[in-house]
Amino acid sequence: MEINHALDWLQTTAVARTIAENDILFPWIESVHVLAFVVVVGSIAIVDLRLLGLASTDRTANRVLHDVLPYTWGAFAVAAVCGSLMFSSNAVNYAHNFFFRGKLILLALAGLNMVVFHLVGIRGIEAWGASGRTPLAAKIAGAVSLAVWMSVVVFGRWTGFTMH
Amino acid sequence: MSYSIAGSLGAFCDWLDQTDLSQTIQITSWIVPAVQSVHILAITAVAVSALMIDLRLIGAFAADQPMRRVASRFLPFVWWPLLILLGTGVILIIGEPVRSLMNPIFRIKMVLLVAAIIVTGLLQYLQRRDPAFGDSAYKHRGAATAIAVLSMLLWTGIIFAGRWIAYYA
Repeated sequence: MEINHALDWLQTTAVARTIAENDILFPWIESVHVLAFVVVVGSIAIVDLRLLGLASTDRTANRVLHDVLPYTWGAFAVAAVCGSLMFSSNAVNYAHNFFFRGKLILLALAGLNMVVFHLVGIRGIEAWGASGRTPLAAKIAGAVSLAVWMSVVVFGRWTGFTMH
Repeated sequence: MSYSIAGSLGAFCDWLDQTDLSQTIQITSWIVPAVQSVHILAITAVAVSALMIDLRLIGAFAADQPMRRVASRFLPFVWWPLLILLGTGVILIIGEPVRSLMNPIFRIKMVLLVAAIIVTGLLQYLQRRDPAFGDSAYKHRGAATAIAVLSMLLWTGIIFAGRWIAYYA
């Protein structure tokens, strides 16, 4: 299969070999990955809880979004780069790992939920005002996001336990 | 003296390792990853809440809002999930006493954790004593910035140490 050739090639590149053969490179990359996704998941949770009307209700949802999202995206870029480097060091095995595949699907779901919210749910966000109340579409987006991102963390941890 | 303390801690680890509870955690393969997952979700709430307060202190988050609003919004999300963090941490220690209690990285992590709790408590104390603490007009801007940077470094160190416990043989 084409994809297996690509994965084989990926894990024989110089970068992948260096990570795989070095004793401390992988844990360092993994540590930065954990730190970055902590910021991603935590900052998204702040937005989700506001969309649900459960926290930060003294601030409009629009303000909370703009306060937090620059940190979310910055941290996501770091987590994605570190995650890709770890993946490259053992690409074939990761690609066949159930929990890693599940994590990728969950990440796609999180992205889809975000796109739908930005296209539909966010309409009239300025008019929601400063009260804690938010429309049903916003509450659904917040609840889905919270559940999916927590699942991403769980699948990520289980990937580590099933890769050896 | 230090030898006997290390010796008795080692004996404690050996005893703990043989208890029914520890054996159950060791034998049941899903318990450790499940508890670690909850542990990570709890550190996410704690560290990011602390981060938002720290970023507000250096003026990089919700700078138009008074510090006391940001503190009252996020401090409960530092303290309450910390209890979940400690509870799941204790379960992980019971399941792997030698790998944790006898591990230098684990000990560094505990020192960093105590320091982070003290810094967060100090921040809360200063903020309650002087509501202007951390605002742009606050007279000790340098102190507020130092606390914020120290807090961010400590929580980063705790997260890094948590991951490195697994790699220290």
